[in-house]
Amino acid sequence: MKTEPAITAPEIQAPVLPPNKLTPRQLRWARRRRTLGRFWQQFRQSKMGMIGLAILIFYAGVAIFSIFASKGALDPTITTNGPRLAGPSLHYPLGTQIDGISVLSLTIEGARISLFVGLSAALISMLLGTLIGMWAGYKSSVHDAILMRITDVFLVLPWLALAIVLAAMFGQNFWIIIIIIGLTSWAGTARLVRAQVLSVKERTYIERSRALGASDAHVVIKHITPNLMPIIFANTILTIAIAILSESQLSFLGLGDPNAKSWGTLIEEAFNHGALTLHAWWWLMAPSISIVLVVLGFTMVGFAMDEIVNPRIRER
Amino acid sequence: MSVLNVEDLRVTYTTKGGDVPAVRGVSFSIDRGEVLGLAGESGCGKSTIAGAILRLHSPGTRIEGKLELEGEDVLSLKPGRLRAVRWTGASIVFQGALHALNPVQKIGDQIQEAIQVHGMATEKEAAVRAGALLEQVGLPPRRKNDYPHELSGGQKQRVMIAMALACSPTLVIADEPTTALDVMVQAQVLQLLRSLQHDLGLAMLFITHDLSVLVDVSDRLAIMYAGKIVEEGKANEVFHAPQHPYTAALAAAFPEIGDTRFRHKPAGLGGDPPDPQLIPSGCPFHPRCARAIDACRTVVPELWDAGADRRAACVHVAGAPSLDSVMS
Repeated sequence: MKTEPAITAPEIQAPVLPPNKLTPRQLRWARRRRTLGRFWQQFRQSKMGMIGLAILIFYAGVAIFSIFASKGALDPTITTNGPRLAGPSLHYPLGTQIDGISVLSLTIEGARISLFVGLSAALISMLLGTLIGMWAGYKSSVHDAILMRITDVFLVLPWLALAIVLAAMFGQNFWIIIIIIGLTSWAGTARLVRAQVLSVKERTYIERSRALGASDAHVVIKHITPNLMPIIFANTILTIAIAILSESQLSFLGLGDPNAKSWGTLIEEAFNHGALTLHAWWWLMAPSISIVLVVLGFTMVGFAMDEIVNPRIRER
Repeated sequence: MSVLNVEDLRVTYTTKGGDVPAVRGVSFSIDRGEVLGLAGESGCGKSTIAGAILRLHSPGTRIEGKLELEGEDVLSLKPGRLRAVRWTGASIVFQGALHALNPVQKIGDQIQEAIQVHGMATEKEAAVRAGALLEQVGLPPRRKNDYPHELSGGQKQRVMIAMALACSPTLVIADEPTTALDVMVQAQVLQLLRSLQHDLGLAMLFITHDLSVLVDVSDRLAIMYAGKIVEEGKANEVFHAPQHPYTAALAAAFPEIGDTRFRHKPAGLGGDPPDPQLIPSGCPFHPRCARAIDACRTVVPELWDAGADRRAACVHVAGAPSLDSVMS
């Protein structure tokens, strides 16, 4: 041990990369940039993915815009002096609803709520699903059996009925909705992650790591998790689409937060006020199309990414 | 003092189809600086022994007998101590280096992993040591920033060897280190293993199915068949003057270039090794043995003396007791 630094010290100091001396940290980032660049190159090939991404960037812009604009003209409580149920016009591009509020401003406002609920619920679902899936896949058969039976229950449970009951029990709060969707949609992710863990943990480098004297935590964090990341990532994007759809469904059934109106809540209001019989199609149109587009956008991006990270379904 | 002392080791896999005795009572010991070669067909329990030394088997597996690594009883170690002994007491060069390296981590990091898991050095020191280890196995230290797919098969195996040396273990278990390598690279890797073993005074357990490799590398040789050692002795003697018919068949399966006997009569061994759940009565080798006699069906042979410092489990060896006394 004592002599080794003496041998290697000049070797390390010697300019290995003469033209651009990079520190290890810079090297690491350069490599990450390159990997990301490669991913982007592949992603660009997918027309579907690019269309989805364009839709998402548009709606993300709208949502960010609403954060800064909501205190002003778009605040629904201020602009109540407009004409009631007016059709699309120059001043109200998407018409007004029954209280004379611009549907455009409500839709912009709803983008923020719907996207936030979708992203947060998907995050909870992903964390829960990953944790349970990893635990079940890595631990012994008893843990696996118990956790997978619980997962099965959540998988076959009619989630809407469960969500309605939970929402009725805990009240119509924005955060409660997020938690309810998160808690009811993790089962698929858990199954997926478990299957991947089962395959990864049998690989020889895991046995090697155990032979090195590594603890379970070390093996899971260092060797198993990095192998799961691509699959979890692609799956999360698809989960966001489902979460947004779920939120819209709950809101449409009147379980949404009345103080944070999402697209689903807008549709519910329009429906309850008989927008269709009043021929006020514009009241329903913008939020409905927005839901469809955003869900489609996430699904398209998710599938495009899945195609890149999952070589088995890659087109040749 | 011997580095590794194994006495009557039995490893049984418990499966839904019943117990599978993979190793059925194996005893051997390895001294400091000694290389023991362990040979046999696939499924005879070689790799099972390798795994048992570090207790790498799944929870359902039964390991019985005595297994002492540097005087410490491995089978009764507490989990924390077991993790500490792994790699510092004995390390493994895994078969199939292609799969034993994590494809998404740099090889330097994977070598460092071994050092850092045991808290033997800071990250910086470990990085320097990883470079030094790579140099020791004949790779430029800067290759530590490479990913496994950027290396050839032989280079990957060198990385595995560097990794095995990372914590300066007293025993290195080489579990078929040359499988999936072409003959040239195989020779280089063997040469490297031998010189490292010699320079560092390592004890080594060398496992392979390739007898000709073992003769070059090992001091002593143990031949396994159906979960038991059937012959052991000095490497050269076992290979060139086998006492057990199974060893003879294995040795004859490697033709010597230039020897006319092999040109006219290539030798092989018919049949398959027995199912561990259906071991034949008596000598487990008797259904495939050319020299089997009636007694082989009933007499379970033990390792009897077969010359100076040699033992073989066959009724034909000189040290075997007379058949009458065994059968009664």
